[in-house]
Formats: sequence, structure tokens, C-alpha cells
Amino acid sequence: MSTIEALANREYKYGFVTDIESETVPRGLTEETVRLISTKKGEPEWMLEWRLKAFRNWLKMVEPVWANVHYPRIDYQNIIYYSAPKPRELKESLDEVDPALLETFEKLGIPLSEQKMLSGVAVDAIFDSVSVATTFRDKLAKVGVVFCSFSDAVKEHPDLVRRYLGSVVPYTDNYFAALNSAVFSDGSFCYIPKGVRCPMELSSYFRINNSESGQFERTLIIAEEGASVSYNEGCTAPKFDRNQLHAAVVELIALDDAEIKYSTIQNWYAGDADGLGGIYNFVTKRGKCLGRNSRISWTQVETGSAITWKYPSCILQGDNSIGEFYSVALTNHRQQADTGTKMIHIGKNTRSRIISKGISAGHSINSYRGLVKILPKADNSRNYSQCDSLLLGAKCSANTFPYIEVNNNTSKVEHEASTSKISEEQIFYCNQRGLSTEDAFSMIINGFCKEVFRELPMEFAVEATRLLQMKLEGTVG
Amino acid sequence: MLEISNLHAGIEGREILKGLNLSVQAGEIHAIMGPNGSGKSTLAKVLAGHPSYVITKGEVTYQGKNLLELSPDERARQGVFLAFQYPIEIPGVSSANFLRMAYNEIRKHRGEEELDPLEFDDLLREKMKVVEMDTSFINRSVNEGFSGGEKKRNEILQMAVLDPALAVLDETDSGLDIDALRIVANGISKLATPDKAIILVTHYQRLLNYITPDFVHVLYQGRIAKSGGKDLALELEEKGYDWIREAESDRRVTA
Repeated sequence: MSTIEALANREYKYGFVTDIESETVPRGLTEETVRLISTKKGEPEWMLEWRLKAFRNWLKMVEPVWANVHYPRIDYQNIIYYSAPKPRELKESLDEVDPALLETFEKLGIPLSEQKMLSGVAVDAIFDSVSVATTFRDKLAKVGVVFCSFSDAVKEHPDLVRRYLGSVVPYTDNYFAALNSAVFSDGSFCYIPKGVRCPMELSSYFRINNSESGQFERTLIIAEEGASVSYNEGCTAPKFDRNQLHAAVVELIALDDAEIKYSTIQNWYAGDADGLGGIYNFVTKRGKCLGRNSRISWTQVETGSAITWKYPSCILQGDNSIGEFYSVALTNHRQQADTGTKMIHIGKNTRSRIISKGISAGHSINSYRGLVKILPKADNSRNYSQCDSLLLGAKCSANTFPYIEVNNNTSKVEHEASTSKISEEQIFYCNQRGLSTEDAFSMIINGFCKEVFRELPMEFAVEATRLLQMKLEGTVG
Repeated sequence: MLEISNLHAGIEGREILKGLNLSVQAGEIHAIMGPNGSGKSTLAKVLAGHPSYVITKGEVTYQGKNLLELSPDERARQGVFLAFQYPIEIPGVSSANFLRMAYNEIRKHRGEEELDPLEFDDLLREKMKVVEMDTSFINRSVNEGFSGGEKKRNEILQMAVLDPALAVLDETDSGLDIDALRIVANGISKLATPDKAIILVTHYQRLLNYITPDFVHVLYQGRIAKSGGKDLALELEEKGYDWIREAESDRRVTA
């Protein structure tokens, strides 16, 4: 057996459960469930109507099977669609938030008290179905930035929500987006007014605690003309033997000259070494560069989840707009990932860039799937795609499924792909210079991911590096 | 500093070194020459601890310790350096970071403070002059897209930075044009101080025009068949290796 083959993994350190009394709705999904969720959240009529349309549409849809992932059929009637810690009213100040929740987030490395936090980052903390706290709201409000839970936005900024909700990912879009539209319980809302550069990093932290509930959150970010924002998202869940469904929707809207940078570190529980348990992460993320010269950039580091089905995409509608996708997807043990992006070029001189790095270890299956579509009016549009795979061991697989559709002969599309392994010679070379095998290994992996990591905000880049190291600990023997 | 006695080693069940003896003291430069397949590169890799090679017999003592018991990274930290015949590419890892990590490992081993990137940068720039390396090199990935000559110069630069007690240079002169050969050879000469030992593994005498070895050994069929001073290299250049082969077969017949 080669040095790189032996497999073991460090304990998932976020696998604890918070003992907290929850309020849940009965198992299963009917029109009643949708109404109940809406009532619990005290929503206006228009919101309920929208949910119901989504629900009725969902009933007519079938679950997609084209992804290169395999799992038993999900029984949608055996899921709890709403679970909230009691008491469930949103708190005005942190003093009123249940100490057990504060402690949970503290343990996850996300202290919610503003004195303890990194001063440059505002956090929306979401526990199962509800947002438990949003920090720095007042400070942000001073420059006109709205950063709050989705539930608050529905009440406080109904015009914005009504105008943009579903404008990028309509509830007819796909099976999981329709399901989310019917039952979404909370999420983050963010609005950057004209000409404002958001003064701090915004972030949402998602935590699933209940073993039988799904998490269905929605995020909506709107950057007005000339505005810019950097948004980060992190996720973890306890270890359970059964699978939980996470079906989120994220919509980004960038108007003229606006810029949105969205970074994700996904570390949902991935199941054990034999593939028991773990999160099904079936997520629809899409941004629309609606205005001229706008820019949307997705950066993701996907290390968790039993199954990942996720294609953060850009619709490049405004002329000269730019879409970017930077991804590291790491799979180990029995994990399966089918992830990539879609770049839809509609406007003139639109540009997109795709950098995807897949790392597979153990018995995992790691697939890149991406679409680059150039529409007839997208004169002089450009795309550059690069998909690199790194295999650790002989029992994992790496796949690349690029789809390229070009309808304009002034455009230019490039695709590069590579597959490599860490060679024993590389390790020996590093050893000969005094580096231990573990250090050599993580240095080579970090080098492989460098183009993606350097797109992450500083604190996130450090966390991503540490996370990869932790996930791969023991893969070197 | 280094004592090799009756060393037998091989790869994939094939014995290549068959009872090799060699003694190297601090301040000495030894040239190991010999025809293709005589075991020169095997010796270099065995000393560095390459995992594919199996030692079947013999002893190697380095600074009074059993070298064969140490892992490759431990050997490196204790001052054994191998300049690779074919240096390895490490995409995405900048040469400066790579060297700093390596350098700090060695400092840690010696109980010294690690250098931060700025301090290290000063040191690196100083050492780069030894091999006339262009400053753009610092941000390039380790050996990636380097020409053959650049790779070899990079090996000598690493040697200059890591400051080993025992340096084994495996065909560092091969594939170099005359200018690169001069630069590399001058670099090695500058690094040959009285506290260090250098083993030059080479095919050709031409490197020895720049570096004067104290001893020249001819490796043949896994053993040292002949040792001598620098004149031996000139003799080999003139006569080739055939006379060694003949002498060796005569020896076997008589033995």
C-alpha cells in the first residue's frame, strides 16, 4: 500500500447536539403544513400565496436523477419541515437569546456577542428553521445597509422582497427550489443601497440541530447601483445516523456597476466512514448581473455533506458584466459531490471565469458539472474554464461534465482540464528538504487549491486551509 | 562524517549496490564517477532515504549515528542534502514559501527561532546571488515550467539556503549548457567550506574543471572499483571506462 493510501479521519468536531426544547410542526408535507409555517411566522397574505403556488407546482414536478450521485429515495412525508427553539420570538438584544444557543454558536467558533466577534464581520446565526441573532444591525443601518433575517425582511421591507423574491430562481426552476419556496422558514436578507460599499463582511452561519427536520433557508442579496458587498456563509450539523435534507435557495441581484462576492465554506456533517448519516445538500444558488458592468463572484469550499448537488451560477444580462466561480470540492470516504456552475451570457462583452478544483479521497465520487451558454446577442463574450482533479488513492473517482453551448460567433470559450495524483516522488522531494510527510501533503494540496483560496476573505482562507488539513488528516500513512 | 561499509541495496528485488565502502570527512569533496547503471544514482538516493530502495546489508554512519534508521525528513533536518538529478515540480507552491518552510524545519531542529517571511526574503535574496538567479524566481511555483538549467540552479540555491553538512549532488552537471555549468559549478565551489562534505555524482569530467575534488572514485557494478586523486578523472576522460571493466573482470577471474 502506498503512503498516500491509508485512510482514517479525525473526528468531526462540530458533531454535538444542543439539548434545547423545540417547537416543531407535524411530520409530512401538505398544503396545511405550508399554511402552518406561514401562520407561525406571522406572514402577510402575499407571502402565503407565493408559497402555495410554489407548493402546487412542486406537486407536479419530479425529483431530478441526472446527477452523478446515488441515494435511496427520499420520503418527503417523513420530514419535519419546521423546527424552532423555544421561545421562538426574535430577540431585540442578545441578552434575551437563550444562553444554550449562544453557547452552541460559541462552541462552533461563532461568538455572537459583538465584543467578542471579529470586528469586521457581521453575522446572522440560523439554528434549524429560524434566525436566532443578527449582529451589527444598527451599525450597518447607519450607512443604509439592511442585514436581517428573511422573516424580518418580509415584515420590514416587503416591497424589496416582493420585487426580487423568485426573480433569479423562480419556484418553477427545479424540484428542490420549488420545495424550498413552499416551506422555507428563514434565512438572511441583505440590501446595499446605491453607491454604498458595505463597510464590513456579512456572514450567515447555518446550524442544523434537529435530527429529523430539514433545513430550508433562503438568502436574498440585492446590491443597488454602484454598491458592493462581500458575503460569507458557513454551515455545520451534528452527527446523526440518518440523513437530513438541506434544500436552500440563494438569489443575488447586482444592478449597474454593483459587485457581490459570495463565499461559502460548507462543512455539513458528511456521514461516517461507511457512509452512514450525513446531510443531503441540494442547493440552488444563482446570481443575476442585471446591470451593466456588474460583477458576481462565487467562491466555495465544499468539504462536508454526504451528497452535494449544487451549481452556483451567474446570469450575465447586463452588458460588460462579469461572472466568476471558484470552487474547491473535497470528498472523502463515501461522500458524493456533483457540483459546478452555469454561466449564461446574455449581454454584450460579458465575461466569465470558472476555476474548479476537485479533490477525491477514500471511496468518494467527485464530479464537476458546468454549463457555459453564449446567447445570440452576447457579442464578444468570453469564458475561461479550468477544471482540475486531484486523486488521493485508487478507489475514488473524479469526473468532469462540461456543457458548452455557443450561439454567437464573436465569442470565445476556453476549457482546460487536468487530472493528477500526488506522487511519491513529490513527497520524497519535500521530505528530503526536511518537511514531514503530513506537512508536504497539506502544502501540495494547498498549492493545488491556491487559485481558489486566494479569492476568499482572509479569515475564511485561514479556516479553509485548516479545514482541508483536518479533513485529510490520516489520509497519509 | 560519513562511513559506508559493505552496503548492499536494491530496488524491486534487484540488487544494485553490492558491497560499497566509502569514507568521507568534513571539508572533503568526493567525485563518484562510473558508467551508466553502475549504481551512482542509487547510492545518492539510498543516502537520502528514498522509500523505493531496500537496504539488504551493510552500515552507514553519519556524524556517529546510524543513518539508515532515520526517516528521509529527519536526515534532511540533520544536514543531509540531495540535489536531485531530476528535480520535482510542485504546482501552486511558491519557491519562496517552499524554501522558507524547509529552512524553518531545519532551524526548529537546531533549536533556533523560525524566520518570518520578510526576514527570510533577505536571506533568500542574498543566497540567490550565489547561483545568479533572477528575482522573478521567488514567486514561481517550485520547478514548475523551469528549464533544465533553472532546475539545477534551483537545487544549488536550496543547498545554499539550507546549508547542509553533507551534500550529495546527483548529476547536477547533466543537461547544462556551458554558461549554466559555470554558474552551478561556481555556486558549489562557494559552498564547499571546511565544515562540509560534498559528494559529486557525475558522468563527465567537465564539472571537475571547475571544482577540484580531493578524491575520485569509480563505481562499477555496485562497488567502488578504483579510487584516486583528481588525475583519475582525467584518465577516465581519456580512456573511458573499458579499462576499469577489464581490470574488474581480471580481478574476478583471479578471485
